[in-house]
Amino acid sequence: MTLFDFLQRLLGRQKPSGTMAKERLQLVLAHDRSDLNPELLEQMRREILEVVQRYVEIDIEEGDVSLETEDRVTALVANLPIKRARPLPALVAAAAAVGMAQAPDPEAPQELALPLACEPAEDPSPADPD
Amino acid sequence: MDAVTSAPARIILICSGKGGVGKTTLTANLGIALARLGERTVVLDADFGLRNLDLLLGLENRIVYTAQEVLAETCRLDQALVKHKQEPNLALLPAGNPRMLEWLTPEDMQRIVAMVAERADFVLIDCPAGIEDGFKNAAAAAREAIVITTPEVSAVRDADRVIGLLNTRGVTPVQLVLNRVRPRMMASQEMLGVDDVTDILALPLVGLVVEDEQVIVSTNRGEPLTLNGNGSPAAKAYQNIARRLRGEDIPVEDPSKARKGLRARLMNKIRKTTGLF
Ligand SMILES: Nc1ncnc2c1ncn2[C@@H]1O[C@H](COP(=O)(O)OP(=O)(O)O)[C@@H](O)[C@H]1O
Ligand SMILES: [Mg+2]
Repeated sequence: MTLFDFLQRLLGRQKPSGTMAKERLQLVLAHDRSDLNPELLEQMRREILEVVQRYVEIDIEEGDVSLETEDRVTALVANLPIKRARPLPALVAAAAAVGMAQAPDPEAPQELALPLACEPAEDPSPADPD
Repeated sequence: MDAVTSAPARIILICSGKGGVGKTTLTANLGIALARLGERTVVLDADFGLRNLDLLLGLENRIVYTAQEVLAETCRLDQALVKHKQEPNLALLPAGNPRMLEWLTPEDMQRIVAMVAERADFVLIDCPAGIEDGFKNAAAAAREAIVITTPEVSAVRDADRVIGLLNTRGVTPVQLVLNRVRPRMMASQEMLGVDDVTDILALPLVGLVVEDEQVIVSTNRGEPLTLNGNGSPAAKAYQNIARRLRGEDIPVEDPSKARKGLRARLMNKIRKTTGLF
């Protein structure tokens, strides 16, 4: 360990390399063992978040889907902090989108999003202020 | 030599995935150590591409026949086995020509190991690196395995692959040897710790060998460390592995923790005598 490394560690800026080795290994082995490459995992993560988001509002930045491994058993672990449940009409739309209920009438989209207009701006709400 | 026993031979594969982590050194030292404990032991060089076991045992000039001639039935097994001069309980079955790799099958390995096992208490198979045909052939003939690794990310990752393959092949038990341990680096957490490696690989630890210059010296001479009752740390470690394999209950000590313990004891003493902090 160089003096510089020592100071970095003393100041808590750098983890010891043995700890880093363990963390990196645990991650890479979880992938090795499950035969899922990081790209596929990222795609799966995005799709899981998409589905969950239809039902509850989650913090995308905080949302974490990862492979964890213990005793040679690998598990898919999702940690998704929920802000709040979606209002009911949005839930109906979400269910419809996955084919669980009748699809909303494309001629009358306003009806669905009428009562509760508290969604964030970027929400793809079909509501029209008119 | 032991009286004839009816117990079947222990057939142990020594493997690692990664090359250069200490398989051949372990096989040679363990072979001598087991023989010294009275076990009839045969070490089999299954690393046909890069054979070295003969050299580590100092037997390279005494090879007449190899596994190749035994399989081709151009010689008898006892003609091919090279008995160790100082340790007659140990014999080496040398690897044949590297071109054996082109035709050798798992059944060939099973056949030759079965022949060897008839006259031994322990058969140690020095496995080639990698997870391809050489490994598969050797693994097909083994009942149990020792996976050896160093506390480094690449070696541990490769060991994990091998453990997965051994599990699917039904080789059991699979035990772990951690080699080239540097206690000081471990204590300062600049190296994967003993617990880190056993946690990650989830295998029982059958031995721990520290980094030891004497290993190189003994390799130069062609005399395994376990041969001369050499008191070096690695020699003791290999002897302990042999005894654990025979069922003796010898705890594996973590040298990085022993160091900590010593320091802590010293600090305690200073604290008590000075009354400071
Ligand atoms: N505990 C140890 N301390 C120091 N050097 C070691 C130790 N174990 C193995 N080595 C050295 O590492 C090198 C590779 O060992 P070897 O047994 O040939 O590995 P493998 O058969 O896995 O390829 C050799 O030069 C050997 O002397
Ligand atoms: Mg070797």
